[in-house]
Amino acid sequence: MLKKLKEKFVEIDGDLRLEERSNEIYGVTAVFETPDAVIEAAKKVADSGYEKWDVNTPFPIHGMDDAMKLKPTKLGYATFTFGTIGALSALAMIAYMSGFDYKNIIGGKPFFALPPSIPITFELTILLAALFTIIFTLVVFNKLPKMNHPLMDTDYMRRVSSEAFGIFISAEDKKFNPDEVIGMLKSLGSSSVNLVYKFATDEDKIKTPIFKPAFLGILAGTAVLTAVLTYIILNYAIYTVPFDWMTNQPKLNPQKMSTLFADGFGMRTPVEGTVARGFKPYESYGKPDSLIRIISNPMPFTKEVFELGKKKYDTYCSPCHGNYGKADSRLNGQFPNPPTLHSDKIRNWKDANIYHVIVNGQNIMPSYAKQINENERWAIVHYIRALQRSQNALDSDIPVDGNKK
Amino acid sequence: MSVHKEMTLVTERTSFQELDNVVFKPTESKPTIKWYISMGISLFALSLGVVSLGYTFYYGIGMWGNNNPVGWGFDIINFVFWIGIGHAGTLISAILYLFRQKWRTGIARFAEAMTIFAVMTAGIFPLIHVGRPWLAGYLFPYPNQHNVWVNFNSPLLWDVFAVSTYFLVSFLFWGLGLIPDIANLRERTTSGIKKFFYTILSFGWRNSNRHWQHYEKAYLILAGLSTPLVLSVHTIVSFDFAVSVLPGWHTTIFPPYFVAGAVFSGFGMVATVLIILRKVFDLEHIITKGHLDKMAKILLATGTMVGYAYGMEFFMAWYSGNTFEQFVFINRAFGPYSWSYWIMVACNVGFPQLFWFKKVRNSIPMMMAIVILVNVGMWFERFVIIVTSLHRDFLPASWGMYAPTMYDIGIFIGSFGMFFTLVLLFVRVMPSISLTELKAVLPGSQPSHHHHE
Repeated sequence: MLKKLKEKFVEIDGDLRLEERSNEIYGVTAVFETPDAVIEAAKKVADSGYEKWDVNTPFPIHGMDDAMKLKPTKLGYATFTFGTIGALSALAMIAYMSGFDYKNIIGGKPFFALPPSIPITFELTILLAALFTIIFTLVVFNKLPKMNHPLMDTDYMRRVSSEAFGIFISAEDKKFNPDEVIGMLKSLGSSSVNLVYKFATDEDKIKTPIFKPAFLGILAGTAVLTAVLTYIILNYAIYTVPFDWMTNQPKLNPQKMSTLFADGFGMRTPVEGTVARGFKPYESYGKPDSLIRIISNPMPFTKEVFELGKKKYDTYCSPCHGNYGKADSRLNGQFPNPPTLHSDKIRNWKDANIYHVIVNGQNIMPSYAKQINENERWAIVHYIRALQRSQNALDSDIPVDGNKK
Repeated sequence: MSVHKEMTLVTERTSFQELDNVVFKPTESKPTIKWYISMGISLFALSLGVVSLGYTFYYGIGMWGNNNPVGWGFDIINFVFWIGIGHAGTLISAILYLFRQKWRTGIARFAEAMTIFAVMTAGIFPLIHVGRPWLAGYLFPYPNQHNVWVNFNSPLLWDVFAVSTYFLVSFLFWGLGLIPDIANLRERTTSGIKKFFYTILSFGWRNSNRHWQHYEKAYLILAGLSTPLVLSVHTIVSFDFAVSVLPGWHTTIFPPYFVAGAVFSGFGMVATVLIILRKVFDLEHIITKGHLDKMAKILLATGTMVGYAYGMEFFMAWYSGNTFEQFVFINRAFGPYSWSYWIMVACNVGFPQLFWFKKVRNSIPMMMAIVILVNVGMWFERFVIIVTSLHRDFLPASWGMYAPTMYDIGIFIGSFGMFFTLVLLFVRVMPSISLTELKAVLPGSQPSHHHHE
């Protein structure tokens, strides 16, 4: 590859050059030895009415902008605009992410507040302002990068990059006349006046390299490679030795196997007869319907009890029985639908029968004895009764005036 | 100024070329034996760090010494130490530029490069401190598969933004300054390969005054942007401590105290490296004793500021009447880590006072000894702040001690190896002095009339 790079340059007159030149004049260059000489000459050239010309110096010369009659740069506007955009977009980002999209409670602080947003807003203001100052300087105002300018690779450019000062007048200028320009520059005190020729290949006809298939191919290849690597790293690499110490810790996780126990289960069932706090053993557990002791619902008819019942019903019962007990399962047929809770059989059941089914299970319905405690079961029974009444309301349930409910 | 005095030989036109020859010499000649020896030492140190990091990656950060109650150990100490070193570069390139300090031109490029390398070195530590650096992408607020965003109230996140902005802006500022010098190299070089890369890196810069006009403005604007930026970076680093409620950390003096300390340690490191560099690359007439004299004065000023902060912390602990705060500071000065506290005070406040004497400022061996002590002292300042505040908190039952393991020390040595490897590579392949800026301030380089100064 390096050999290829070397071959990009051709040796002309013992020097490495970019390319062969044509016979077409690109412009005239003049070298001046002192800053005083070049600034005086620049004033004269500007006064003579030339427009497409330039001064090349190894460092900025004070007063040259005035001598060349250049307008002040508008760079400051770009910095200000993009700094403002940086500040506003940072604030908008923080407000959206933590104040709106995902409200995380962190130490009871407000989701979005100005003071903690200031550091990041400040940093992004500076970042965007600096980034676009440079982009505007190089790309927008100075039209760089430009790798094959005819002035490059000349003795003129070699000298003005290092120790001399130069003036260049382009052949594209309306007033351009080679003899006249050379005469003027010599009379202004230039130590060396030269003609610069264009490259042999017309640069305007060269296809922009960014549209070359090779370049596009490299871009596409890089994109695919990055995507594949990212996928492999995030899905496989971090789960392999040695990067898996967070995922594979010497502890038991829920639903995971364990070789420690004979049955291979990581999760253990409590010892026989264990009673969890708030869960009194149920005397009729496992008995058929006909043998249970009928007791009345001990929970009072209060708003709180009905709300508790609704909450527990919605959590544990509604997935299969439906939100209103109409056997309209919310599981989209993934589990068999139970019968409706509004049948005459269940409406005529005693409260204790419903309680018994919750604790004991029935047919394919499992026991909920471990999930729902005693008070909650009775509250659910109250709620089911309310649901049944709502589906079979009497005329007297309809309020006649504002006083009656 | 002595730059000008020693530069009187370069008032003629041809002498610009001599200047080029001196500055570009390292990039255009084979490395000397001195360079190979330095590079060998740096690479050895770097490889120690790589091996220690390899162990850490394989076995996890349990290899390190930090454990309850000292959860932040060498990793965070080194992070704050290196990020502080970086601050001198921006101070020299941006703040002294705004103050029109011409003497800065000789050392600005090199100090900026040091900033970038120091921030790169610093950046490693928070990454490895998170334990699984390959998942560090979650530090940035990007739409991820968890549908959750980062915590914008956390100073640690502000750090992520501050340090990455600081690195990017310093890098761009440095790169912008390099463009004209690389264009100069492009026109000088006789090697096709070098020419190819210099052409790309110089963006095809051709010293046009129409370009200089925007370029100079951009340089001024970037200096103006970098100045508040550099102050904000160490302020935000100090927030990592000050926003917590731990005695010894929870103080409002932290932001200015950290910034002064950062400038102090940064100048210490710049001076250390420059003293060696000007000898190794024969740049004594460009990086003069005058530069070192001015840097010694800045070290004296910032060292005294840091000393004021140390005193003020004790005053506030007493004046607040908070027994926990008082305990932490008495424990710092007279507890089990008192040795580190007194190393810190001696190196940061004591020895730099010798810079009041002109003889000391002008003596290279004395200067070298003191700036190395400053580096040591500033490292111990971070050690004192982090370890002494953490190791004894409110409950005596949870007190403990901290000691680094050999892996901590290996990574610490490796960070120096990385920094100096990058510095040595830089001085080989890039112009380590900004010729454009240096030439522009030499006598006779500007028109004698229409002088705008």
